[in-house]
Amino acid sequence: MEVKNLKVKSMHDVVFNDNEYLEKYVDELRQGGVNVAVGCLDDIINWGRSHSVWPLTFATACCGIEFMCVGAARADFARFGWEVTRNSPRQSDVVFVAGTIVNKMAPVLKRLYDQMAEPKYVIAVGGCAISGGPFKNSYNVVKGVNEVIPVDVFVPGCPPRPNAMLYGMMQMERKIKIEHYFGLPKKPAITPEEKVWAEKIAKEQEAYKAEKK
Amino acid sequence: MEDINKKLAKAAPGKAVSEGTQYPTVELEPAELRGVAQALKDAGFDYLISLTGMDYGDAFGTIYHIASTDDPANVVVLKTKTTDRENPMLYSIMDIYESANLYEREVYDFFGIKFIGHNDLRRIFLRPDWNGFPFRKDDKSENSTPTRNITAEEMEEMPQITIGEDGKIKQSSKMLFGKNEYVVNFGPQHPATHGVLHLRVSLDGEIVKKIDPNFGYIHRGIEKMAESLTYPQVLPYTDRLDYLSGAINRHAFCLCVEKAAGIEVPMRAQIVRCIFDELTRVASHLLGWGCMAMDMGAITAFVYGMRDREKIMDIFEESAGGRLMPAYAVIGGLSQDIHPNFKNRVTEYIAYQRKMLKEHHILFTGNPIATGRMHKNGYLTKEKAIALGTGGPTGRASGWSCDVRKIEPYSAYKEIEFNEIIRNKDTKTGDTFDRYIIRLDEIEESLNIIEKLLVKLDDTKEGDFKAKVPAIIKLPAGDYFQRVENARGEFDVFISSDGNKNPYRVKFRSPCMTLISALDPICKDGKIADMIMIGASLDYVIPCADR
Repeated sequence: MEVKNLKVKSMHDVVFNDNEYLEKYVDELRQGGVNVAVGCLDDIINWGRSHSVWPLTFATACCGIEFMCVGAARADFARFGWEVTRNSPRQSDVVFVAGTIVNKMAPVLKRLYDQMAEPKYVIAVGGCAISGGPFKNSYNVVKGVNEVIPVDVFVPGCPPRPNAMLYGMMQMERKIKIEHYFGLPKKPAITPEEKVWAEKIAKEQEAYKAEKK
Repeated sequence: MEDINKKLAKAAPGKAVSEGTQYPTVELEPAELRGVAQALKDAGFDYLISLTGMDYGDAFGTIYHIASTDDPANVVVLKTKTTDRENPMLYSIMDIYESANLYEREVYDFFGIKFIGHNDLRRIFLRPDWNGFPFRKDDKSENSTPTRNITAEEMEEMPQITIGEDGKIKQSSKMLFGKNEYVVNFGPQHPATHGVLHLRVSLDGEIVKKIDPNFGYIHRGIEKMAESLTYPQVLPYTDRLDYLSGAINRHAFCLCVEKAAGIEVPMRAQIVRCIFDELTRVASHLLGWGCMAMDMGAITAFVYGMRDREKIMDIFEESAGGRLMPAYAVIGGLSQDIHPNFKNRVTEYIAYQRKMLKEHHILFTGNPIATGRMHKNGYLTKEKAIALGTGGPTGRASGWSCDVRKIEPYSAYKEIEFNEIIRNKDTKTGDTFDRYIIRLDEIEESLNIIEKLLVKLDDTKEGDFKAKVPAIIKLPAGDYFQRVENARGEFDVFISSDGNKNPYRVKFRSPCMTLISALDPICKDGKIADMIMIGASLDYVIPCADR
């Protein structure tokens, strides 16, 4: 099935060069037994959701300054309804991982992500968040945030220009729009990824306690 | 120069004073260090610029750069080392120079050198459960991405090493906060910390008792990575240290390598580099101003600051190709010549910014809420600023003349006349308002400097922007040190070369680390709400402190 009617502010599908991943996503939804022909209610809900995504104020390094530029006068993401950045993870829908994540920060980021309410999204901004970027060979840098939390959109650059970030946001808007909000297939309480994490954390905690004794 | 040698010889009797590659240098036994440091301090050398840990292969050592604030161009270097690689120990000078506290913790974290007499030997950047010491040349320890959050207990336990009366070395530990203290976590994800700084604040009601800054949430190990890169390859990393003064940091590294390799940079390149430095400074101060206003609730000011900043970004983009990180200076000059439109754009911008500065003053400086919160609040004395090494606009707001552009002029700053902006020269104490207003004054002065430099630019030949540089740059063996004035304070590059194409050790002296260490003395016994503003007035950038 082709992805149709994903309008983002007068921009058409062709403008987004890469539609393959969305088509794949729709296929996956279909195989999972979800009817993709969303009802009018879904369309309305998704239209509202995709235009009122509130990002979390989260920036560790250089990309954070460009993220501030996106929020300021010239680029101004409020035009797209992304409006305000929230300082509390409980009130935000999306986290822009803007900057390098190091070993000391990784558990903190994981905790922030866990504190966010569903549905939640992650945009990895810049080379560091995607793969470690220029700091790939460093002893203390996490090689991509997808080692820690699941990522929806990657925005490359070092740091990406504000326009690139807006493009990334629109990509995510489209992703939100094809989602099936009503009659969502029941997710397992813990996804396999989260299970692995939980086991890892329990192991480390035990090791730490044993060491303390 | 002879005068300084005499002073050094007097402080270190019986020791040979060598010329060094740049500054007079004395090599000391570990046991002699404290005596010499004390004598130097008594002789007026009261400013510890930087403390660098070294791994010489067969020994561990530390290098101290100490300057006198009366005549700050006088820099002396002390070196000491220990051959014990199993359990290296040196003596701490944190009771003589207060800023040594954080520096020695950093050296312990990187090299595992324990400082006898230091009362807080916690790891500063890395996690407490980290294996090994990454800066040792023979370190092969492996660490995986951790999932466990650090406990409060781990953060607070301070190991100490002291010498008992019987001369034996004792190891003990103490807790930072008492059991009944009320400790509030501030950060690492908090918008008012301007990055990922973690402050643990002990409170009595809303009065701040103690602040413990917790670093390392963005420690990327740039210095260690630089050891396996060639000199031109290190350049992009200098931009990403303090990204708000990226061009200045890059300039510093270029200057250090050029000085060591004996490369003569064309005048045109020097002038353009300095114009870029000043534009970067203006951009950084505009952002600092906007963020400080936003921390006090004036969000409009933030939007105005960013609007003006975008104009500078446009100028950068036109000539250099980069926005936030212009990546313009390369070793030997510039990566390309300036855009033909450059001069017009900059002249236009200066006129525009002068007009806007007036508007900024009307908008925020005279605002009764802002002045009420900033005046007579957050005092920093000159003595404390020198002891902690907090230079830059913060130091100058307290009456300390610490502008490196004046003390050790570099590049095109030698060619022009300009004023150093200092406040409170007589009272020697600056409050939050001084630190706020000095940034706006510096913007004005920077615009004047750019105007003067633009006039000089006309005398230079078009296309003469880069000197001839060998394809593989190798520096002669030795230590090189370059001081520059960053938007936040003194930024120094230390390169130790062994003659290869890679540096043996690179150290960046970060102004932001000293700024953060000033938080505790300034905020003590004040209200917690003022801490936000004081932090904003110091205007630190965390990746610069963490490196």
